Amino acid sequence: MNTHVMDKPVGRTRLDDRTQDIIGKPLDRYEGALKVTGTAPYSHEHLQGEDVAYGFLVLSSIGKGKVTSIDTSAAMEIEGVLSVVEGDNIPRASAEPMSDGHKMANGGVFHYGQPIAFVVAKTFEIARQAAHLVKAAYEEEEGRFKLSDEKGRARISDGGVMESDTKRGDFEKAFEKAEVQYDETFTTPSQSASAMEPHATVAKWDGDQLTIWSSGQLVSSNTTQIATGVGIEESQIHFICPYIGGGFGSKLGIGPEAVLAALAAKKVGKPVKVALTRQQVYQATSRRSEAIQRIRIGCTKEGRITAIAHENWLANSEGNDFFEPAGVSTVFLYAGEDRLVTHRVAQTDVLMTSAVRAPGEAVGLLALENAMDELAEKLGLDPIEFRKINEPDKNPQDDTPFSSRKLLECYEEGAKRFGWTDRPEKPGARREGDWLIGYGMAAGSRKNMIVPSSADVELTADGRLTIRSSMTDIGTGTYTILSQIAAEVLGLPIDRVDVELGDSRLPSGSGSGGSFGANSAGSSVYVACEDLIAQLAKRLDVDPESLTLKDGFAIAGNRQVPIGEIAGGQTLLASGSIKPGETAENTHQASYGAHFCEVGVNAVTGEARVRRLLTVAAAGRIFNEKTAKSQCYGGQIWGIGGALMEDLVVDARSGMIVNHNLAEYHVPVNADIQNLEVVLLDEHDPYGSPLAGKGIGELALAGVGAAVTNAIYNACGARVRDYPMTLDKIIAGMTV
Amino acid sequence: MRPFDYQRPAGADEAGRLAAEPAARFIAGGTNLLDLMKLEVETPERLVDINGLGLRDIEETDEGGLRIGALVTNGDLSADHRVRHDYPVLARALLAGASGQLRNKATTGGNLLQRTRCGYFYEPTAPCNKREPGSGCGAIGGYNRIHAILGASEHCIATHPSDMAVAMRALDAIVETVKSDGSTRELTLAELYRLPGDTPEKETDLEAGELITAVRLPAPIGGTQIYRKVRDRASYAFALVSIAAAVRLADGKIETARLAFGGLAHMPWRDEAVENLLVGEAPSDALFGKAADTLLSDAKGQGDNDFKIPLVRRTLVAVLREATGSTQQ
Repeated sequence: MNTHVMDKPVGRTRLDDRTQDIIGKPLDRYEGALKVTGTAPYSHEHLQGEDVAYGFLVLSSIGKGKVTSIDTSAAMEIEGVLSVVEGDNIPRASAEPMSDGHKMANGGVFHYGQPIAFVVAKTFEIARQAAHLVKAAYEEEEGRFKLSDEKGRARISDGGVMESDTKRGDFEKAFEKAEVQYDETFTTPSQSASAMEPHATVAKWDGDQLTIWSSGQLVSSNTTQIATGVGIEESQIHFICPYIGGGFGSKLGIGPEAVLAALAAKKVGKPVKVALTRQQVYQATSRRSEAIQRIRIGCTKEGRITAIAHENWLANSEGNDFFEPAGVSTVFLYAGEDRLVTHRVAQTDVLMTSAVRAPGEAVGLLALENAMDELAEKLGLDPIEFRKINEPDKNPQDDTPFSSRKLLECYEEGAKRFGWTDRPEKPGARREGDWLIGYGMAAGSRKNMIVPSSADVELTADGRLTIRSSMTDIGTGTYTILSQIAAEVLGLPIDRVDVELGDSRLPSGSGSGGSFGANSAGSSVYVACEDLIAQLAKRLDVDPESLTLKDGFAIAGNRQVPIGEIAGGQTLLASGSIKPGETAENTHQASYGAHFCEVGVNAVTGEARVRRLLTVAAAGRIFNEKTAKSQCYGGQIWGIGGALMEDLVVDARSGMIVNHNLAEYHVPVNADIQNLEVVLLDEHDPYGSPLAGKGIGELALAGVGAAVTNAIYNACGARVRDYPMTLDKIIAGMTV
Repeated sequence: MRPFDYQRPAGADEAGRLAAEPAARFIAGGTNLLDLMKLEVETPERLVDINGLGLRDIEETDEGGLRIGALVTNGDLSADHRVRHDYPVLARALLAGASGQLRNKATTGGNLLQRTRCGYFYEPTAPCNKREPGSGCGAIGGYNRIHAILGASEHCIATHPSDMAVAMRALDAIVETVKSDGSTRELTLAELYRLPGDTPEKETDLEAGELITAVRLPAPIGGTQIYRKVRDRASYAFALVSIAAAVRLADGKIETARLAFGGLAHMPWRDEAVENLLVGEAPSDALFGKAADTLLSDAKGQGDNDFKIPLVRRTLVAVLREATGSTQQ
C-alpha cells in the first residue's frame, strides 16, 4: 500500500501537466444514462423477482415515555404476515454519523414517530396494513419539544465536529468599548434533507453471512453500525450501495430500517426488503437542528471590526452529542482581535439532530451575513466594502496562514458580472408594477478537510484501468471525477477507465460527506496511479519523471509502448491511500465564495421570488466543471429554500412533526428557480491534497440564503431574523 | 392500506347502487384518495371505479353555457378553448393548482371532492374530528398556518384546498348528480359544501352513492376575470389566500362583481354582502376597503394564520384595482 500523508504542500504534478487534457473537463456523468433510463439499481431494487418478504416500521404515537406493552395479535392474524420484530433492540432513529451503532430504544420513547416495532409480511401492502394494527400501550411522560423553552438548560457538548467554544482575547470588554455595536438574535428552523430516494435496505442471509443493500453515504462506518445492531462481526457483512439517490447528510449514519431488516430476515428465513415511506423519512431518520443565534459585532466608525461573537443554542435528543456548528465560519471569516464563538446543546424529545448539507454554514451564515449587511448599512458602507475592510490576511483565530483564499477575487468578479453598481440605493427605490426589486450579496465559506481513504487500480493487458474503492457516489459525480483523475495521471482515454464503488469488500474509501469525498477518494486514486506509474517505469527501466503517458501510450525517449503491453500480458495492481497530515494543522483551509442575488418582492402579497442568483467561488482545483457546477446549482437552490420556505414543524404540545410530506414541507420547485449562474475561479491549493483541490459540495449553499434575504431587505425594507422568510413576515416588516 | 372490494360498473345507475353503502367510495383520478388510503385516513371497503362511465365531454348548453363531464381532467378542462376564452378565471384557477402530472389525472368531480390538507387530518395518530369524530382538533392550538379564518368551528378549522372550485363558485356553477336510486338533482356549490359545525366529517350534502356527473357553467358573464393565488412557493403549493374575480364596469360604475375566495374556509367562500356593496358604485380604494371590512367582519385567526386577515385585505384591494382598472388612490 502506497500511502501519502499530507504533511507538505504538493508540487507540480501530472494534473498540472495535463498531458491527456481531461482533468476539469465538463464530462457528463459516467452513470447518467443508467439513471435516466432506470437501469441503475437503487437499494430497494435488488433481488427483483426473488422470493423475499417486506418490512414496515411501526412508529410511536407519543413524544416521550415508555412502551409498556405491544399487542401484535391483530397484526399476526392478517394472512401473509410473517413476523413482528419487537423488544429492546429497536433503533431510535438513524445512527449518528461515524458512530459504532444506533442508540437503541430499550423500551423507551424518545420522540414522536420513533420506531417501536417492525412488521414483516409477504407483500409490502400486507406489511403496511398489519403495521397499523400493532397496538402499543404507553406510559406517557411530559416531553420537551421547544428549544426556546429548554435554552436555559443547554450545556456544552464535546461530541460535535468542532469545539463547543472558540475564544480569543476578551470579547465582552472589546465589545463594550466598540464605537459601533450590533447585537441581534436570529432563529432558524429545523430542516429535513428530503433526499429523493428514501432510506431503504434489502437484507439477505447465507448461513452466517449477511448481504446488505442499503442507501448509505459512508460504507465503512455504516457496516460497523449494522454489525453492532445485529450483533455480528463486520467481516460477516457484505454492504453494497453502488447508487444512492441523494443523501445530504441524512445517510451518513445508517437508517433505522437496516438493522431491523437484517434481524427480520434471520427470523423469517428469507431476504427482507424495506423502504421508509416519505412520512417515516421525516419522522424516524434525522434532521437539522433548529437554532437560536446571537450575533454581536463591535467595530470602529470606519468599519474595522474589533470584536465579534456568535453564540448558538441548538437541540438534540437524549444521549446524542452532535450540535449544529452554526458558528463555524465566524471563527475565521472576518478580522477582529477579540472573538467568541460558542455552542450550547439543549435536550429535547424530538427526533435526533444530525448533519444536513453544510452543517453549520447553512444556518450560521444566514445570521452572520445578515448581520454584516445590517451593520454595513448602519456604517454607511457598501456591503462589499465593509467585508473588504475586514478581510483577514491570516486566520484571525490563531494566526495560521490560509492555505488559499480568494474571497476578495470572488467579491470583485461577482460584483462586476452581476452589475452590483446598479444596486437600488434603498428599499423601494426600484419597482416594476407590483414588484419591488432588490439586490443582495453575502460571503460564503466552507471549512475544508480530507479524511483517510484508499483505492486500488488494476491495469489489464488490453490497456484498461479499473478503479476500486468503497467510496460512494451519492449523485455528486464521483464515478466520473475518479475516472478523470486516473485518466489524466495515466494518460488514458476516459473510455478505458472503469470505476467500481460502494462495496464493503473494496478498499476502504472516505465515503461522501463534509465535502471531503472528491478530494479524499480522488487523492487515494491519484496515489495508486503514481504507484502504478512507478511499476511501469521500472519495467521500462526509466525514471518515472521521464515517462510521458498519453492516449494509452507510455513514451520514454524514442520508445512509445501501449500502456497495457508493458507488463507483458500481465495485469498490474497498485494501491493508494491518503491521510490528512501536518498541513491540516499548520495551514487554515477553506473554500470561499460570494453570492449575488436579485429578488422581486410583491408589494401586495409579500411573495418573494429570486430572479437571478450568481455565485462566484474558489474551491481549489476543479476536477469536472460540470459536476462541480451542478453541485453549486443544487447548493444555490438549497439556499433559496432555506431562506424562503424550508421549515420542519414540530407541534410544541405533542412533539409530532406536522408537515411530514413533500406537499407541506416546502423545498423549491422549478417555478421558484429562474436564472442561476455559477463561476468557478481558477485556484490550486497545494496544502489541501495531492490534487490541490478543496471541497465544493457544501460551499455552494453556504451564505446563499443571506444573499437572498439581504436582497429582500434592499427591495422592501423587511429585515426578518426569524427564518424562513415567508410572505407573512415580509409583509409585517415592509417599510415601503 | 386495507384490502378493499373493487368494482368497475358500466353505467351511472349501477355505480350508484354499488356505492350506496357508507364504506364505499367512488374513484376517478385517485390523486387524493389513494394517498389517504395508504395512510389509512380513508379506509373504504369498496372502491367503485367510475372511469368507464364516459362523462368526459365538454358540451355547449342551450343556455349558452358549458356542461363539463365529471371525468374531464383538470388538464383537458384548462386547455379547452371555450373555457380559456369565455371563462378565463376558471382556466387560470385550474392552472394554478397542483402540477401538470396531477392535472392530467385529476378530474372535475374529484377536484370538487378533494379533502383538506390539514396536517392533523393527514396523520392518523393525531386528533382530528374530521377523520375520527370526537377525537378533537389538533390544529386548534397547534400548527395552523394554512387554516380557516372564516366559517370555522370549535371542532374543525380546516380549509378546502381546491382552486378550481373557487373559480366555479364565482361563476355560479351548478353541480349535476345522480343518486343511487337513479333520481337526479342539481346543487349550487353553496348547497354542495357544508361548513364544519359539529360534524366536520360531513363535508358535502351528497348522499351515499350519489355521483357527480357534470358541472354546468351558466352563459359567459364576460368582464375582467382574475384568479389571484397567494402561496408559499411559486408552484405546487396550496393557496394561503386565493381570489376568483369576475368584474364588469358600465359607465364608470361596477355593474357586476363576482368574488369567491380560497384558503379561507371549509368551502370556497362567497359573500353576497361584499358584492352588493360594490355593485353600482364607482371604483375607489375606499370602496374596496369597505368590501374587505365586510368580508372580514367575522374573521378569526388561530395564531399561525392570523396573517391571512391582512393578506386577504391587501390581495382583495389589489385584485379589485386590477379588475376595475383603477389605480392607487
